[in-house]
Amino acid sequence: MNSPAAHFSLHGRDDGLNPGDVLLDVRNVSLAFGGVKAITDISFDIRKGEIRAIIGPNGAGKTSMLNVINGFYHPQQGTISFRGEARRRMQPHAAAASGIARTFQNVALFKGMSTLDNIMSGRTLKMHRNFFWQLLHVGPARDEEIANRRKVEEIIDFLEIQHIRKTPVGKLPYGLQKRVELGRALAMEPDLLLLDEPMAGMNLEEKEDMSRFILDVNDQFGTTIALIEHDMGVVMDISDRVVVLDYGRKIGDGTPDEVKNNRDVIDAYLGVPH
Amino acid sequence: MSASDSAGGMPVTFPQYLLLNAERYAGRPAMRFKDLGIWQTWSWAEQRDEVRDFALGLRALGLREGERIAIVGTNRPRLYWAFAAAQSLKAVPVPVYSDAVAEELAFVLANAGVRFAVVEDQEQVDKVRSMAERLPGLEQVIYDEPRGLRDYDHAALRHFADVQHLGREAIAADAAVLESWTEGVRASDGSEVSAILYTSGTTGQSKGVVLTAARSVRAAESTANFDRLTADDEVLAYLPLAWVGDHYLNYAQAYVSGLCMSCPESPETVAENLREVGPSFYFAPPRVFEGLLTSVMIRMEDAGPIKKRLFKHYLAVAKKYGEAVLEGRSVPLRGRIAYALGDLLIYGPLRNILGFSRIRVAYTAGEAIGPDLFSFFRSLGVNLKQLYGQTEAFLYVTCQEDGAVRADTVGPAAPDVEIRLSDSGEVQFRSPGMFTGYYNAEEKSREVLTEDGFIKTGDAGVFDADGHLKIIDRAKDVGKLRNGALFAPKYIENKLKFFPDVKEVVAFGDDRDSVCVFLNIDLTAVGNWAERNNISYASYQELAGLPRVYEMMREHVTQVNRDLAQEPSMAGAQIRRFLVLHKELDADDGEVTRTQKVRRGFVAERYAPLIEALYDGSSEKYVETEVTFEDGRKGLIKATVKIADAETFETAQPVREAAE
Repeated sequence: MNSPAAHFSLHGRDDGLNPGDVLLDVRNVSLAFGGVKAITDISFDIRKGEIRAIIGPNGAGKTSMLNVINGFYHPQQGTISFRGEARRRMQPHAAAASGIARTFQNVALFKGMSTLDNIMSGRTLKMHRNFFWQLLHVGPARDEEIANRRKVEEIIDFLEIQHIRKTPVGKLPYGLQKRVELGRALAMEPDLLLLDEPMAGMNLEEKEDMSRFILDVNDQFGTTIALIEHDMGVVMDISDRVVVLDYGRKIGDGTPDEVKNNRDVIDAYLGVPH
Repeated sequence: MSASDSAGGMPVTFPQYLLLNAERYAGRPAMRFKDLGIWQTWSWAEQRDEVRDFALGLRALGLREGERIAIVGTNRPRLYWAFAAAQSLKAVPVPVYSDAVAEELAFVLANAGVRFAVVEDQEQVDKVRSMAERLPGLEQVIYDEPRGLRDYDHAALRHFADVQHLGREAIAADAAVLESWTEGVRASDGSEVSAILYTSGTTGQSKGVVLTAARSVRAAESTANFDRLTADDEVLAYLPLAWVGDHYLNYAQAYVSGLCMSCPESPETVAENLREVGPSFYFAPPRVFEGLLTSVMIRMEDAGPIKKRLFKHYLAVAKKYGEAVLEGRSVPLRGRIAYALGDLLIYGPLRNILGFSRIRVAYTAGEAIGPDLFSFFRSLGVNLKQLYGQTEAFLYVTCQEDGAVRADTVGPAAPDVEIRLSDSGEVQFRSPGMFTGYYNAEEKSREVLTEDGFIKTGDAGVFDADGHLKIIDRAKDVGKLRNGALFAPKYIENKLKFFPDVKEVVAFGDDRDSVCVFLNIDLTAVGNWAERNNISYASYQELAGLPRVYEMMREHVTQVNRDLAQEPSMAGAQIRRFLVLHKELDADDGEVTRTQKVRRGFVAERYAPLIEALYDGSSEKYVETEVTFEDGRKGLIKATVKIADAETFETAQPVREAAE
């Protein structure tokens, strides 16, 4: 048997970018729902290989921001460039095909399906044989499934969820469901991984585990990660850079230390009247 | 083919057995490990190559004869290979419990003076590094699982595969290296130290038990022969790697018999892997069997009425004939047919679900096992037996032979083991695998070894009429009644605790006229019983004091007295009086330890008035007891505790009839 490191390659595509280059650039983006301004003129970038946190009080526009990046919402103004290519309108599946994967604030798994099948579903975009080939389950279709299953097994091994491989996810405790959801996103071998409150509702130990997995994903696969998180301790510990939103505006951007000492950020969190 | 057939230069070390097995069982499986959801298999020849490459890599890194090398982690093939690799260089493997905290780990590593450490993963690497300043002698750390370690400073850190690569390079550079390794292994006379196993240290600081190669091999050969282990046998290695049981049952016996060892995918998947592998040899402590029984019973509660009735019926059949069938005793034809049918419908599928389908030999040890629990598994056709062992013996001191199995003994002396009882009743033994001393602790070794070379176990025991040993208690806890009768509190307590509605027992009697006990009811079991019988109660205290509960407890005590009367050495220690405590013994009140062991002295002091009442003949006693609630507040419980007399029996054979 080879060393586990040797066959372990869940990196995204080779896009010619080096770590530190801008992977995703958000320029002057505004988003409104009727008269409600969710996001106002926000600009920031996400660099390849970093862990980028988006924080802010409730209703600051964090999830809206993620939905914009993800192609689910379409901003009225501003541009978003991914790998240097500007885009204005995009459907989520197109975002997925271009290498953006995400998890959701409230777990969005197929509850009746096993852990294995849920993560397999993340490989859909990597399956190229059509329905009839898959039905026959011979030749190329079979090879393809074996190759994909191997990737999924690597993820199961990586996330240490071998013991729940065949368990329907609806039966799992919340912390494990979150882990399975991360697994499904990883199965897409994304270039950019969006995590919407990956640690919401977890106890301390589960948070520590999840932090370790996020760091390991970043370290081992070089996956760029953008995450929304409420737990400040976690955010400051694991992110390289933090962008702070409040009432749809950007009020801070920088390393965790810079952000911690930013007057506006402190005010926003302590509730100083505007 | 058994190990002894390989005579003609009988191997005296495990690496020699490795070479032999790689020839005689070249293509047969030696090791399995589930990786990425698929069982991977290594044959004995492949295992030899893995071990050799790693050994030569270690040598290239500078590991020399006699040096210690720590092995820390869960059951993984590479860690087992590290044992053989170290031994092939006459270096000394020192396994450490993977869940040891950094301080414990550092203690063992420093005490053994290790130069190299082979560890499982980042967690262990971190632990070792955090203790770096206490371990100046530690030069190289080798890891199995690379995850998370990429950015670590690799000056003194290496991946297992890289070390093997060094070994292969050494062979490629000079073929003579290979020769010299094989020669080195062959040349050994087995006098070298083959492992240092640290005791778990429940009684103070842990000590390094030094085992030598030839003795270890001999011990393993004799028990492998005893249970007729062959290359066709399979085991699942899931017990802690650093524990003597795992090292002996899985590593040592595998090498001498050529059986195949499987490593689980992860510690959480053991039950599932057990089902997949279907081992033929199995070991588990009593609490594992207890957990299995509970889970079976709970799942049967949810089954449909027909299945439930079938299950109940055939369980009764098994209880009646199962053990007799297993032991090949005579069973009426009707019983045989009923049992065969039960095997088809219930026992077989149940064994399959538990992963016990192919078990030929299973052992349990470590603590007393309840007779009902023990019989349950035996009646299902699982050949469960007991053994008694010690790290200092390299495991086996006694073990039961097929067909001579009993729940209340640990069997006669294992092959080639001598056992005797000291004047104080302490078990002492001399065995083929026994240690040569504690590492770097001459004084402690002298405390344990007698002048004529026996090892003191610290356990008190008695022999029954058939020469089977019974372990009754720790020697220091055993006392005497005023009339001179032997008083072993734990022995009596265990007998009572085997009843499911008894949670805890404290026995008194040392230097007193008779034995009296405190009982704690099991709230779940007794509460369940009360519900089924429409008995209402408002609190634990009320439930514990109910006359019908006392009646039930009296039956249990009577039953225990009847059992005790059957044993000449214990008959004097029958229970005269008992009471059911008005509160549960609780760790928050300091009455039991966090691991649920009764703190006898403390309880005796705290409930002194009750003990007094037990012995002064009064029928009830009013007491006030301070308790700590879960939120830390203190309170006072007041109760009038009733004291009941128990029936006792004559020490004689016709007792059974007399009791009817």
